[in-house]
Amino acid sequence: MTPNRTDPGGRAPDRSSPDRRGPAQAARVRARLSGAAGSAAAIAIAVLWTLPTAGLLISSFRPEEQIKTTGWWTVPFDPEFTLRNYADVLFGSSSDGRLASYFINSFTIAVPTMVFVVLLAAMAAYALAWMRFPGRDWLFIGVFALQIVPLQMSLVPLLRLFSDGVAIGTATVLPPLDLPGAFQFTNVWIAHTMFGLPLGIFLMHNFISRLPSSIIEAARADGAGHGTVFRRIVLPLTVPALVSLAIFQFLWVWNDLLVALIFAGGSIEVAPLTVRLAELAGTRGNEWQRLTAGAFVSMVVPLLVFFSLQRYFARGLLAGSMKG
Amino acid sequence: MAPSPTPTTTSPSARRAPLAAARRPARAAGAALLPLVLLASGCGYLAGETGGGGADPGSAACEPYAQWQDIGGSVEMYGPIRDDEAERLRQAWQEFSDCTGIAIDYEGSGEFEAQIQVKVDGGNAPDIAIFPQPGLLARFVESGDALPLPDGAADLAREGWTEDWLSYVEHDGELYATPQASNVKSLVWYSPTVFEENGYEVPRTWDAMIDLSDTMAGDGLKPWCAGIESGEATGWPATDWLENAVLREHGPDVYDQWVEHEIPFDDPKIVESLERVDGILRNPDYVNGGHGGVKSIATTSQQDAGLPVNEGECGMYMMGSFYAANWPEDTDISEGGDIYAFNLPAIDEEVGTPIVGGGEFAAAFTDRPEVVAVQEYLATVGFADSRASLGRWFSAHRDADLELLENPIDRLSAELLRDPDVVFRWDGGDNMPAAVGSGTFWRGMTDWINGKGTEETLTYIEDSW
Repeated sequence: MTPNRTDPGGRAPDRSSPDRRGPAQAARVRARLSGAAGSAAAIAIAVLWTLPTAGLLISSFRPEEQIKTTGWWTVPFDPEFTLRNYADVLFGSSSDGRLASYFINSFTIAVPTMVFVVLLAAMAAYALAWMRFPGRDWLFIGVFALQIVPLQMSLVPLLRLFSDGVAIGTATVLPPLDLPGAFQFTNVWIAHTMFGLPLGIFLMHNFISRLPSSIIEAARADGAGHGTVFRRIVLPLTVPALVSLAIFQFLWVWNDLLVALIFAGGSIEVAPLTVRLAELAGTRGNEWQRLTAGAFVSMVVPLLVFFSLQRYFARGLLAGSMKG
Repeated sequence: MAPSPTPTTTSPSARRAPLAAARRPARAAGAALLPLVLLASGCGYLAGETGGGGADPGSAACEPYAQWQDIGGSVEMYGPIRDDEAERLRQAWQEFSDCTGIAIDYEGSGEFEAQIQVKVDGGNAPDIAIFPQPGLLARFVESGDALPLPDGAADLAREGWTEDWLSYVEHDGELYATPQASNVKSLVWYSPTVFEENGYEVPRTWDAMIDLSDTMAGDGLKPWCAGIESGEATGWPATDWLENAVLREHGPDVYDQWVEHEIPFDDPKIVESLERVDGILRNPDYVNGGHGGVKSIATTSQQDAGLPVNEGECGMYMMGSFYAANWPEDTDISEGGDIYAFNLPAIDEEVGTPIVGGGEFAAAFTDRPEVVAVQEYLATVGFADSRASLGRWFSAHRDADLELLENPIDRLSAELLRDPDVVFRWDGGDNMPAAVGSGTFWRGMTDWINGKGTEETLTYIEDSW
């Protein structure tokens, strides 16, 4: 449920660009990849890769008894379909089964977190890349190093911070957080923002530091302060990176279960979709057929986000993680 | 690692990319803002949503709750019960909440066992938690986090439940929790229809059960099905077999010594019992109806393992009373219907048929007046009956009204538990140290199904203790 946060950084290896190895070699690679054998291999991999998901999709339309007794591949011999699983997931058998409020909770958690992470990461990255101050490199290394701290380690201390506050002696430095209404989400927002920032700053730093210094120096020479440079020059130029970080952060928070369970809890006012899905199977897991449909319902938003912004995602991530 | 920018080496293509994108920032920003628009529409919902109206405190329906009426407030409750069953739980105390004005915010989680520790460590303990294992509760009693039952609730609990039950939450003479739901793990599920068609009789002794199994095998029906796959908890259904066999063969005293580790885990008596189970679970003539050979037991999920009984592909399936929820919805569960269960028969006449079971306990971490009131209410027979009338739940409370139990299996189980002569023992694995009870015991039994020797398995578990 909690994907390895450093994954996208690591997944973009320094793919030496073909033009560096010379056009001849690039052409050869290209020819080989677009040949019949290459296509066949690509199709085979794609089919293998998609098969489990396809099986899940077929299962989600099968009746409970069939899901529990036979595999989805028996469908051609005994086709029987139902929307019952989707009805259970969407409208539920219990009065709080309405998924809509959990959807809204998920948005209420994911969207502000996304905004906080993107804004703070961009500002921090700008400062680390273009502002001169003592200890800057050490600060950057520190932020970079934070990525390797597993977030599980910080759950209990952070929760204690929220529920007990901080006091030095008898002086209260930070009161316990106990906020009403929509601000019940504050804990989750803060937690997710903290866990998202190290990678966000790292990605944005790599992108922002590669902006041509001549533009920034010209702006500075014209009298622009750091605020103006950041707003008028850096932000417009880094839109692909900002969008890709935003998508990435959004998807991660959307899919998160662990942080939500601990900082939001399971009540209908604050619990996101993932928490609801986790309890769909019933106390003893006897209703697990619902999970098939639940998986597809929860996938809708990430798929929409991904497909509509796919171009920025790939481009921005590569640009941010690859040293030029 | 040097973070200094290197703009002069930027390749032309890399420079073009951001600039091209910069020409269309509006579109990207628009796409990114879409969720914000959705969020705005959800704000109305967030602004305030309060529960339904209360009942008239003076009305006759509120009579039983009079003693708690001037308290008010709200109580946070946390437990492993979720979805449909959590909803029934909420309905069960609805009247109490309406009449007293004490709101109970129940939250259920499948990660309860891990989360409760995090919550308590993080200073965010719920007011009341529902523990499915007394061993887990004992940990919080030792650390001083869980509070003893208030006097009112303790008195109610002592009136309502037998010593067998309360002993599991009694520490230094003080009760720490009230028993809630209960279950029986000594049931053997069978199909009365199939039994009638073939002239089989529900066996009264273990030997008769083995004879019946042989008859079934002779008729070409696999007598037993089993499945111990259960995700991280794979192996536990096999531990129930061993626990039942030990309790029936050697009696409750040996069972207690075994669970408390006063005799070694691989004591010859335990070996004897596992060999008895061996005669069923690892007998290729007997298993695994509807699923395959002996080894398919390890890969068949506990939830699906018994379903072939309903299809007539398997004769009997030993599983707790909670398995009632796993049968397809249109199954007729009754003494003469499609599916019913009998108590695993006696091995030793002297010992009879003691029951291995489990259940839940409600314990508190705070002692505000409204929390005390809810604890008292949870200890009343009124709550037990209110929840039981909603189905799929029964309490071992002495005065619980059996007529309210719709499901014949619940009634059978409740009757078994209430019998004053019956000996009740908690599922032993839950009371062993976690590393054994929910670790090596499960793993060892899984390896055993996969072919490891009987003594070797028990010695492996003993060595881990």
